[in-house]
Amino acid sequence: MKSLAELQEIRNRAINQVNLRKDREDGIRVVVGMATCGIAAGARPVLNAFLQEVEKRNLTNVTVTQTGCIGMCRLEPIVEVYVPGQDKVTYVKMTEEKAARVVAEHIINNQPVSDFTIGSESK
Amino acid sequence: MRELSLHILDIAQNSISAHSTLIQINIEESSKDNLLSIEIIDNGSGMSPEFLKTVRDPFSTTRTTRKVGMGISLFEAAAVACGGRLELESELGKGTTLKTYFQLDHIDRAPLGDMAGTIQTLISGAPDIDFIYRHSKNGKDFVLDTTQLRNVLDGVPLNTPDVLLWISDCVNEGLSEISQ
Repeated sequence: MKSLAELQEIRNRAINQVNLRKDREDGIRVVVGMATCGIAAGARPVLNAFLQEVEKRNLTNVTVTQTGCIGMCRLEPIVEVYVPGQDKVTYVKMTEEKAARVVAEHIINNQPVSDFTIGSESK
Repeated sequence: MRELSLHILDIAQNSISAHSTLIQINIEESSKDNLLSIEIIDNGSGMSPEFLKTVRDPFSTTRTTRKVGMGISLFEAAAVACGGRLELESELGKGTTLKTYFQLDHIDRAPLGDMAGTIQTLISGAPDIDFIYRHSKNGKDFVLDTTQLRNVLDGVPLNTPDVLLWISDCVNEGLSEISQ
């Protein structure tokens, strides 16, 4: 059973990082659509994959958030990536594996993964 | 939806949209009574008696962008398909209680699925809301209460990635303990 003492340790480690995260209003935002359509299409593991990648790579300038239905239910799970100063990139039909690639190529190396974007889907 | 935990995630998102400050999720599994019950209680804005009458209809929704809302109707269909039912109580300004019952061993009953993922997702999306998740299985209980966690965290938000992973592990371990 997980103990609260363990959580206390996490808290003590995190308190410094929280300040880092707060200070970065210029940070990158990853937004996952979590309405009925997104959830049914598999958005939950996608969101959790983003959280895990962000944690594993210790990306303090990235926040992962949720939104409702974006209006293109057939393309769910949909993920939007907002990099400050750049156009929003919309990824469609996401999976956990695709999420890992988006983190590595787009968020870290600033190269949007054009294979997964909404533009490539409609071609 | 392939898992009941996805329905729970979906319904609890409605509670979040309804400006709840406390959302309680109670699950009870009883082999003796051959019953699985899932209860989601919020203290959000609630529904008017008129809306409550039509809310199970997939063409009923609070949303203004289009005319469908599938969440409650899908959950009800899942319960009815397993010899169960969905009950709803709601009062404007007080909140909503939704409860579903499933025949535990029904062949069409979807697995409960990844409850840790559901709880983690809910908390990550609404870190300022308190969640109490109680799961009872044949008399053994597991409880996760974010008000308790908040006291320990003392200012560190619940949606800190490390904390979310701890929560998910905590739920997984807790559930496997009560399953033994």
